[in-house]
Amino acid sequence: MGNDFVVPAIVAVTLVTVGIGFYGLRLARTTSDFLVASRAISPTWNAAAIGGEYLSAASFLGIAGLVLKYGVDVLWYPVGFAAGYLALLLFVAAPLRRSGAFTLPDFCELRLGSRRLRILATAFVIFIGWLYLVPQLQGAGLTLATVAGSPYPVGALLVAAVVTANVALGGMRAITFVQAFQYWLKLTALAVPVIFLALQWQADGRPAVTPPDGPTFRAATTVVVEHRATLTLPDGEIREVRPGDELTFAAGDPVPGVSGAATDAGDWLLPSAAGDDDRGLFATYSLILATFLGTMGLPHVLVRFYTNPDGAAARRTTLVVLALVGAFYLLPTLYGVLGRIYTPHLLISGQTDAVVVLLPGAALGDGLVGRLLAALVAAGAFAAFLSTSSGLLTSVAGVISTDVLGRGSVRGFRLATVIAGGVPAVLALHVSGLDVSQVVGLAFAVAASSFCPLLVLGIWWRGLTDVGAAAGVVAGGGAAIGAVLVIVLGPPLSGWPATLTAQPAAWTVPLAFTVMVAVSIATRRRAPGDVAATMLRLHTPEAVRL
Amino acid sequence: MLADITRQDSRAERTRAELAQQTQVGEALVRGLVRAQLALALRLSLVVAIGLGGLPWLFAIAPSLGRTTVAGVNLPWLLLGVASFPFLIGVGWAYVRLAERNEQDFTDLVQRPER
Repeated sequence: MGNDFVVPAIVAVTLVTVGIGFYGLRLARTTSDFLVASRAISPTWNAAAIGGEYLSAASFLGIAGLVLKYGVDVLWYPVGFAAGYLALLLFVAAPLRRSGAFTLPDFCELRLGSRRLRILATAFVIFIGWLYLVPQLQGAGLTLATVAGSPYPVGALLVAAVVTANVALGGMRAITFVQAFQYWLKLTALAVPVIFLALQWQADGRPAVTPPDGPTFRAATTVVVEHRATLTLPDGEIREVRPGDELTFAAGDPVPGVSGAATDAGDWLLPSAAGDDDRGLFATYSLILATFLGTMGLPHVLVRFYTNPDGAAARRTTLVVLALVGAFYLLPTLYGVLGRIYTPHLLISGQTDAVVVLLPGAALGDGLVGRLLAALVAAGAFAAFLSTSSGLLTSVAGVISTDVLGRGSVRGFRLATVIAGGVPAVLALHVSGLDVSQVVGLAFAVAASSFCPLLVLGIWWRGLTDVGAAAGVVAGGGAAIGAVLVIVLGPPLSGWPATLTAQPAAWTVPLAFTVMVAVSIATRRRAPGDVAATMLRLHTPEAVRL
Repeated sequence: MLADITRQDSRAERTRAELAQQTQVGEALVRGLVRAQLALALRLSLVVAIGLGGLPWLFAIAPSLGRTTVAGVNLPWLLLGVASFPFLIGVGWAYVRLAERNEQDFTDLVQRPER
């Protein structure tokens, strides 16, 4: 890749991020300023910041890669990522803000008055935070390796170092400005190139996305295989390929079938049908449940709500976030679809996550426009890694500094940031080969089976007890974490066990709710005595000043 | 006129005190508000559960629907990739309006001079 604009673009994004961080640092004065941004942030800034923080590597790179590989069934990822904010709006936003809780452990203690539950919630916040941070750093490593040819650890460590330093030095205030800037950068970085790509597609005579004879290579291509796969060549020959193998195709050659990907036009274009693909249908519903209900349980999402002045503002901010995020999610699908035409070789090499960064170059050629747009997309991808990692790191570090180190000071927060950033950086170096989107999906499943029932029942049901909440979190969240460990460490599975562990939410979320309600009813004497006062505080509108 | 406002204020004051001291009246008012807000949230979730959650099932039992094309694009791609986002925003907008109306009703009730 001889694109000499990519590295300067990535350096510029990093410098601007750090620069805005230092601008914010000058404004940060006291400890409370530092941690909650004085609540002096306007709703528009706050909404853009929430959007910027939320759109991660999985949104920016992962969705397009999945669309390229699997087709229509994975469109539930963007829909679910956006719908998660609707669930948050309907059930959580205003009462949570009125509760005055800054983190999830705060909410547990405030609502149920239990130290032990607080410790359990802290453990889950740290686990989910790290589970979500590792793929962000991996995405950074892979992107830098793809576009600039650097070794994999460089990108991962670079993002980890920049984000840790920025969070440790600037705190939340800086992060709010950084995140808002990142949202608009990410939107631009996908929206501008897509206009040129659409024009190019017109100029090429609108080639069909699913030609009747199957996809073909548009130009002579040499593919270096990255992941083991089984290819089915057009003449029916079956060939095993291993990482490092090189395959050469001439222009107009048909793309061979690849095991695991939907190369067949029908599979890719049409949703799973009943009868022949019941596991596909189960996986779809499980994914819907995980993404719809998981967003509210992600630690970095909730922290943001404290920066709203009151409950009504929290609600309005969430609605703006839903609109901003929804607008963004129109774009990655187009990259996945155009990738079927211009970058089918990624199906064979297994690098489908790279489709967003490689598509401008592949479709527009090595001219000035193609290289500039490729650099813009790479800069956007880096913004995605930086912003999501910053948000996650802020919330994990906040929890570590108050609940593990037991200090609320600025110095304690800085120490906690280094710990919170160091662990996933080390993990990212040692765990390669994880699929970015799949790990992110598992983080959603864990959040949906632990914090979602805790928040929803805690806010709306007076009967919740500390024992019931802990039992539900351990049963549902524990089962989801078990599924994560089986996927990451266990042997490869097939059939129903594979589906049930890869997409666990459809059974772990109902499990969590059932256990939480049943144990709460069994221990109803332990319901906190101040529940009426808490309900009053969570639900009374601001207009009624008590 | 002045006296009227003062009397109104003192009654509103008493209702607020009832809320804060968790008398039975105050308790009933808050329970009513929580129930109204929860019912609203559940109703709108049902709209989404049917509107979006029904799609995989619909595509599964009626595969011909997936082959229908509008302007050259298959229907599932249009519904999921484009139409679902305005739908979600619309439901969210309706929720914010109706939830604020519930809160306004509650505020009026609490601050109403005669009860």
